[in-house]
Amino acid sequence: MKELSLNILDITENSVKAGAGLTEIKISETADTLTITITDNGSGMTDEVLKTVDDPFYTTRTTRKVGMGIPLLKLEAEQTGGNLEISSKHISNFPDNHGTVVKALFYKNHIDFTPLGDVVSTITTLIQGHPDTDFLFIHIKEDNEVSLDTRELREVLEGVPLNTYEVIKWIEENLKEQYENF
Amino acid sequence: MKSLAELQAIKDKMKNKVVLREGINEFRVVVGMATCGIAAGARPVLNTIVEAVNESGLADKVSVSQTGCIGLCQFEPIVEVFEPGKEKVTYVKMDSDKAKRVAEEHLKGGKVIAEYTLSF
Repeated sequence: MKELSLNILDITENSVKAGAGLTEIKISETADTLTITITDNGSGMTDEVLKTVDDPFYTTRTTRKVGMGIPLLKLEAEQTGGNLEISSKHISNFPDNHGTVVKALFYKNHIDFTPLGDVVSTITTLIQGHPDTDFLFIHIKEDNEVSLDTRELREVLEGVPLNTYEVIKWIEENLKEQYENF
Repeated sequence: MKSLAELQAIKDKMKNKVVLREGINEFRVVVGMATCGIAAGARPVLNTIVEAVNESGLADKVSVSQTGCIGLCQFEPIVEVFEPGKEKVTYVKMDSDKAKRVAEEHLKGGKVIAEYTLSF
């Protein structure tokens, strides 16, 4: 991928497909690291599936649940000296607190670090495509924070869909303004 | 700052429109948004179509949605256009400029751009 924000879009699509009602996308930066954590309350994966998700050649077409998305993100993290961790609780074993956490650590100053890119576009794309699920987005760097919680917007909108064009534009402008002071 | 008060105003404006919009779409546009599509550039294609449709007043006529892998990964980004009573049109290897033309000529003008389709 050309930008990490595209990986975020890709991985979060998995969360939505797993039936997540809420997906939290968190980016936290220090002077030399960037960590992306995507936490959802979707159906989760069994240990059997979890073992195979980071190896695209191990999975077979019929049982494939994730495909190339995770291996790509893992590669991009590892080529900076970072790593990827996935933990998951499948709905069959955890009926009340199931879901998946994907955490990727990057070293920003490494020459092979993929730039974060247009995160705002990723968030608006997710909301446009999945107006009935909730997203919590947080980007933290030192003392600065950019955040957006669709649950708060939903409360104001009283039934007007989140993917209404004017609403998507508002979200885009709101995030851009937050990033101006970031 | 884009405030919640502004969002409230959007809500008040849209509240009446919402009911009218349902079920009158003439075109259904679907953009492939799986790993293959995203890596090939589907995000700007989708956003361009959404913007073009709305900026040219086609929002009541056209719905734009996202889907997973269409199965033709080497032709991504792919945009499918469905119109009732007509055969599906599959646009391949799309980019923002092509997306603008599809919105203008096909969705607005009703003319399929053959050179962007799979069969061409």
